[in-house]
Amino acid sequence: MQLKVNKTNLKAMLTTASCALLGSTANASTEESWQFDTAIMHYAEVDRVSATEAIIAGTKTFNNDEVLNLKVTIDALTGASPNGATAQPTPQTFTRPSGNGQYTVNAGDTPLDDTFHDTRVQLTGQWTQPLLKDYIVSVGGNFSKEYDYMSASLNGNVARDFNKKNTTLSAGMSFAYDVIEPEGGIPKPLSAMVVGDADDPNFEDDFNKTRIGSDESKSTIDLLFGVTQVINRQMIVQLNYSYSTVSGYMTDPFKIISSVNHNGEAQAYLYENRPDERTKHAFFGQTKYHFDSGILDASYRFMTDNWQIDSHTFDFRYLIPFTNGHFIEPHFRMYTQSAAEFYQPFIAQDEAKPNFVSADYRIGELDTYTVGLKYGMPMGDGNNLSFRLEYYHQTPKSNGIQAIGVLKEVELYEEVDAIIAQVTYSF
Amino acid sequence: MKVVNIYKRLVTLSLVCSAVGLSGCTSLGVEPWERDLLAKKEMALTSAPIDASLDDHIYFSKEATSGGRSFGGGGCGCN
Repeated sequence: MQLKVNKTNLKAMLTTASCALLGSTANASTEESWQFDTAIMHYAEVDRVSATEAIIAGTKTFNNDEVLNLKVTIDALTGASPNGATAQPTPQTFTRPSGNGQYTVNAGDTPLDDTFHDTRVQLTGQWTQPLLKDYIVSVGGNFSKEYDYMSASLNGNVARDFNKKNTTLSAGMSFAYDVIEPEGGIPKPLSAMVVGDADDPNFEDDFNKTRIGSDESKSTIDLLFGVTQVINRQMIVQLNYSYSTVSGYMTDPFKIISSVNHNGEAQAYLYENRPDERTKHAFFGQTKYHFDSGILDASYRFMTDNWQIDSHTFDFRYLIPFTNGHFIEPHFRMYTQSAAEFYQPFIAQDEAKPNFVSADYRIGELDTYTVGLKYGMPMGDGNNLSFRLEYYHQTPKSNGIQAIGVLKEVELYEEVDAIIAQVTYSF
Repeated sequence: MKVVNIYKRLVTLSLVCSAVGLSGCTSLGVEPWERDLLAKKEMALTSAPIDASLDDHIYFSKEATSGGRSFGGGGCGCN
């Protein structure tokens, strides 16, 4: 019973908080129409990054079918991330992106920068309402801030129902503006990382010569067109086309690439440089099918962009309900991408420097898969509790560039394993 | 490259088929009283929006593709 009292209090408290945000007063009717979803998720890679993310989302449905969604997300990131350099048969020393200090990586190890530590707060709001007959419009915004990064976006959508609401056409647009302000500034593209005696009085001057400013920005415009079709009593299908154009700074200021001699030995580490325009086209198809034994959710996405990355994503979930209201939902996801045209695992020292280059495996040739299971149960009063556990595996691959000299003896494409664990409570 | 071209053709073909299929949409669908299964929360296209937003954040920061289901957008400097 104590648990129930606490739950009620929590809901009342959140309702009051939400009403305070909206400038309205809480009363019996508004208290009943808020629905809250809360979740805590932990993502952990073996020996690398781990992140914990907490979400609280409130949905209020008004009498005339207007819907307000508010969401707060907080996440904390810590751990080590690959800096882009190749492993070597000897230990390697790197200067931290901030210029404050250095770190050394053991022989044979993929170089990881262990200085990642950030906390992000994100606020999201969306207002959806019917308009005229058969139309639904929605507008929303998003603001996210972490120590060295800010993102703000606005979006608008309109949807129209046809054919007894069996067909819905929708169109949407989103504009996002992001600013990055890394500690230590923006590195000069393709300049060599200063690696020397950090206590030398000239070190700071030398480091500053590799910097070109304190911050950079990018803007993103997304267009999304969709059609949803009810096929029959058991089946619904959605097809989307989305166009996205990004303009501005897309280089990762923390990533470098090894410049190696004819024997594959690193002679310098150059800061990467990516193009400042990217245009993406994505085609997304999804179907849900209600079988007697459960519900299938299957989707496929094809993406192609002017960086020459093509990707395919397959996602399958099958929800199996039990008679007591519990359910399990196995999940399988498969993803494959080709490399960006400027991706290289390393640069040969005696070759001309390309304009654009990155050794970030996340824009290289990459296959990934995810397997997972969700278990959910009703908790009474329409409340629900669920647990999700997933395993995520990444297999970075060669895009055809042959390893030379000592690079043949080290692992250039290290696989990554991660666990995703999540608890969700809705009330 | 050849494989990519084949994929592109397949996608174009499937879109053309879908468009042709959709022109016959009026023969698809259900009457309002036949929506018992479709009206279930689990039958919504995005039936677990919290899971979807957490997944989007993970894959956005670990792979080169985002969006498709909804806007890809910006959002974080995640590594």
